[in-house]
Amino acid sequence: MKADVQERPEVAGVAHAGSDRVIGDVVLSVENVSLAFGGVKAISDVSFDIRKGEIRAIIGPNGAGKTSMLNVINGFYHPNQGTITFKGRKRSVMRPYIAASQGISRTFQNLALFKGMSTLDNIMAGRALKMRRGLLWQALHWGPALSEEIKHREAVEKIIDFLEIQHIRKAPVGKLPYGLQKRVELGRALAMEPELLLLDEPMAGMNLEEKKDMSRYILTVNDQLGTTVALIEHDMGVVMDISDRVVVLEYGRKIADGTPDEVQRDQRVIDAYLGISH
Amino acid sequence: MLYREAGQFKTSYAADMAIFPIRQDRIALIFLLLFAFVGIPLLANFQLWPLGSDYMLRAILIPFLILSLAAIGVNILVGYCGQISLGSGAFMAIGAYSAYKFGTGVHIPLEFLGTEIKIAALPVLPSILLGGLMSAIVGILFGIPSLRIKGLYLAVATLAAQFFFDWVFLRVKWFTNYAPSGSVNAPELSFFGYLVHSPIERYLLCLIFVTIFALIAKNLVRGNIGRQWMAIRDMDIAAELMGIRPLYAKLSAFAISSFIVGVAGALWAFVYLGSWEPLAFNIDRSLQLLFMVIIGGLGSILGSFLGAAFILILPILLDQVPHALGVPVSVETVSHLVFIVTGGLICYLLIVEPHGFARLWSIAKEKLRLWPFPY
Amino acid sequence: MVVFGQFLEVLIGGLLAGVLYSLVALGFVLIFKASGVFNFAQGAMVLLAGLALVRSLDFMVARGIPTWAAIVLALMFAAVVMAITAALIQKFVLGPLVNQDGLSLFMATIGITFVIEGAGQMIFGSDVYPLRLFPTDAWFILGGIFDGGLLVSKIDVWGGLIAGALVAVLAIFFQRTKTGRALRAVADDHAAAESVGIPITWIWFVVWLVAGLVALTAATVWGTKLGVQFSIVFLALKALPVLIIGGFTSVPGAIVGGLIVGAGEKIAEVYLGQLIGGGIEYWFAYVLALAVLLVRPQGLFGERIIERI
Repeated sequence: MKADVQERPEVAGVAHAGSDRVIGDVVLSVENVSLAFGGVKAISDVSFDIRKGEIRAIIGPNGAGKTSMLNVINGFYHPNQGTITFKGRKRSVMRPYIAASQGISRTFQNLALFKGMSTLDNIMAGRALKMRRGLLWQALHWGPALSEEIKHREAVEKIIDFLEIQHIRKAPVGKLPYGLQKRVELGRALAMEPELLLLDEPMAGMNLEEKKDMSRYILTVNDQLGTTVALIEHDMGVVMDISDRVVVLEYGRKIADGTPDEVQRDQRVIDAYLGISH
Repeated sequence: MLYREAGQFKTSYAADMAIFPIRQDRIALIFLLLFAFVGIPLLANFQLWPLGSDYMLRAILIPFLILSLAAIGVNILVGYCGQISLGSGAFMAIGAYSAYKFGTGVHIPLEFLGTEIKIAALPVLPSILLGGLMSAIVGILFGIPSLRIKGLYLAVATLAAQFFFDWVFLRVKWFTNYAPSGSVNAPELSFFGYLVHSPIERYLLCLIFVTIFALIAKNLVRGNIGRQWMAIRDMDIAAELMGIRPLYAKLSAFAISSFIVGVAGALWAFVYLGSWEPLAFNIDRSLQLLFMVIIGGLGSILGSFLGAAFILILPILLDQVPHALGVPVSVETVSHLVFIVTGGLICYLLIVEPHGFARLWSIAKEKLRLWPFPY
Repeated sequence: MVVFGQFLEVLIGGLLAGVLYSLVALGFVLIFKASGVFNFAQGAMVLLAGLALVRSLDFMVARGIPTWAAIVLALMFAAVVMAITAALIQKFVLGPLVNQDGLSLFMATIGITFVIEGAGQMIFGSDVYPLRLFPTDAWFILGGIFDGGLLVSKIDVWGGLIAGALVAVLAIFFQRTKTGRALRAVADDHAAAESVGIPITWIWFVVWLVAGLVALTAATVWGTKLGVQFSIVFLALKALPVLIIGGFTSVPGAIVGGLIVGAGEKIAEVYLGQLIGGGIEYWFAYVLALAVLLVRPQGLFGERIIERI
C-alpha cells in the first residue's frame, strides 16, 4: 500500500508549472456535518473547506463516507447536524435544484447518464438550467427558441471538441464503452459551467491512457476556467499529482487534512490504508 | 443506392437539428403529405379503389388519425417522460364532454353567491381547444401526486382518475345536458362558416389537426423540454442534481399530454362518433392507447402512428383474411384472436425490440442505406 | 339500534367482501415478493382457473360422474392447466426478460393478461358459467339483539376461512422453507440470486404455479359469488388499491388492505352514496389508495425506499 502513495511522474503530463492559477478564499465550507441512515453513521462530525480555484481531493478507504459527503454538498442528502456554507450562504438543508443553480455540478460513481439519449442530448440536457425560452416558442421551434437552441448547441460543441468525443456525438450513450461514458458524464457536468465541480471517482475502471486524458481535462478546466474541483479518487498517483489539498476520511470521520505531501506522511493515513484499526 | 446520405453536408446546426435531416426522407414526407391532403380526397371523390366506399374513410382513416393523435399525447407522458398512465381514456372523456358543454353553452347557477356563470355556446373550434385545456388542467391535478409517487403506484392514481371520471360523466347529468338516455349528440361542425359534414371533409379536418399537433409535439420533444422529460424518465435523481426541476418537467408532461389527449377525445366524439356515451372512453380505451404506444414505440412520434395503425387494422385483418380464405370465423373468435395477437406481440416486442415498430423502422432504413450492398 | 344494526351489517358484509379481495391480492403479493414483478395478469389467471374448473366440472357431471368426484377431478384439472400456464409464461416471457427492469416486466404481464384472456375464452368459452361449490344463501345472526338479525352471506364466510387458511400456509412457506428463502432472494436481485446458484427458472415456475393455485382458490369463491365470467378480470384492478394500502410485499398486509378496502367501499356506498348519487363503489377504493399514497408514498406497510446514487 505504501508503494502506491508516491508520485507517478508519467501521469503528471500537465503539471501545474507555468500556470497562472490563483487560489482564492474559501468558497465551500463544511462544518460539523453528521449524517446517519437509520443506525448507520455515514458521516460523523466532519469539517473542512475548499478554496476557490483549487483541486481538493477527498480520499479514504471504501465505506468512508466520501460519496455521502458529495451528496450532502449537492443537497441530495440532508445532514442530521452541521451546516454547509457555499459562496457565503450558510444552510443545512438545500434542494438539489438550488445547489445546481448556484453553480455546483457533479459526476457520479456509478454513472448516471440518460441512457435513452445520445451523447449530444445528454450534454445539452446539462444546459437545461440556462435555457429560458418558454414552451410556446419551443413548440414552434422557430425564432427565439431556435436561436437559443443553436447558441447552446455551440457551447456544447466546444465541450465536445475539448473532450474529443466528436465521433460519438449522435451515439446512444448506453452503447458506448465505459471510459467514453465517463467522459460524456464529465461533459454533461461541464455544460452547466459550474463554479464547483464534484467528481466522484472519475477515473474508476480506466487504463493509464484514459487516466492521463481525464487528468488533463480536469487540470485544463481548473486552469483555464478557474473551476474549483472536489475530487474523490482511489488512484493515489493521480491524487498526489493533481490535487492541491487532500482531506482523508475513514469510517465517516476526518483523519487528515493538508497538502498531498503532508497527508502522504501522516501515520494515521498510512494505518488506515494498511487496514490497521485504531 | 437510392437512400444514401452521401453528399449531404450540413452547414449549420439548424440543418443538423432538422426533423428530417436526410433529403430522401424529406422527399418521402412531401409525397406522403401530398397523398394525404390531395390524393386521398381525389380518390374518394371519384370513388376509386381503395376508397370506393366511405368505409375506408369512416371506419379506418378517420379513427386512425384521431387515435394517432391520442397516442402521441400518451407517448409524451409514458414514452418520453416515463410516467405510467392507465387513465388516458378519462382524459379523452374530459376533452369530449368539456367541448360538448362549451359548444352547447355553460350555465352554472351559484345561488349561494347570488350569481351565476353563464357562457354562451361557443363555435366548434374554440370548444374543442377548450376541451383540451380542461383536460390539461385535470391532468396537472392528477400529475401532482407523481412528484411523490413513482412507477407502479402512479398507475393507481391514473386508474383512480379513470374510474372516477367514468362515474362523473355517467352520474352527473349536467354534463350530458340532462339527456334521458345518457348519450349526447355533437353540435354541428361549423368552422369559420364552413360546414364539415361529408366523410372527406371530416377526414381533412382530422388530418389538419393531426398534422399541426404532430409538428408541435415533434418540436417539443426535440427541444429543451423534451430533453428534460427524457432525463426525468431515465434518471430522475441525476436530472434533479443537474438543475432540472421534476415539478416543472412532470407537470408540463401531464399538461401537454392531457391537452393533446383531450383534443383527440373531443375530435373522437364530435367528428368520428357524432353521438356517444361515457363507455366510449373507459378503461378499454386507456389500455388500447397504452398498447398503441408500446407496440409503436415508446418515445417516438412516428411510433404513435405505427402503433395506432396496427391496433386499428389488426381486428379488421383477422376478420377479413379468414373470410377471404373461406374459413368461417365467428365475431367472438375474432375478438379472442385480437387479444391473443396483441398480447403476444407486446410480449414479443418487449423481448426482442423494446422500442417497438419505430425502432424496427429505423433499422430498416439503416439497412436501406446500404442496399443493395450487404455491408 | 336499527341504525347501528344496519351499520354493523354493512360493516360485516364489507369486511367479508374485503377478505375476498385479499384472496386475489395474495396472488399479486406472492409474485411480487418472489420476483419483483407486478403481475397484471393475476385477474386473468383467476378467470382462466375458473373457466377450466367450471367447464370441466360441467363436462364431467353431464357425463354422469358423481358430484364429489367431479369436483375433485375438476380442481385437479384446473391445477394442471395453471401449471402448464406457469411453465409457458416462464419459458416464453419471463425467461427472456429476466434482467429487464420492473416496468418492462409489468408491461409484459399486461401482454400475458391479454393472451390468457383470449386463449382461455377461445378454449373454454366466453359465456357466464355459474359455479355451485359453496352455499349461496345467508345466515341471520344475532337475531336477539337486532331485529331480524344481521344478514351474513355464507359465501363470504367461506371465503374468509379459506383466505385465512391460505395466509397461514403461505406464511409458513415463505418463512420456514428453503424455497421460500430462495424466493425472497430472487425478489431482491435476480442476477445476484442467479450468481449464487439459485435456479431462477425453477423458482419462477414455482412462484407462478403457486400464484396460479391461489388464483384457482380465488376463482372457486368468486366464481360461486358472481359466476365465472369475463368481468372477473377486473378484480385484478381492484386488488391494486388493496396492495397499495397493504403493501406489495406483505401477506398480512394484503389481508388488512383487503379489509380496509372492502369495508370502506361498502360503507362509503351506503352512507356517502346517498348524498352524491350512488355507484361510489366504482371508484372509491382507488381514490382511497391515492389518498394513502399522498401521505405515505410507499403504502401503509411498504418499506421506505432510500435512493442511492
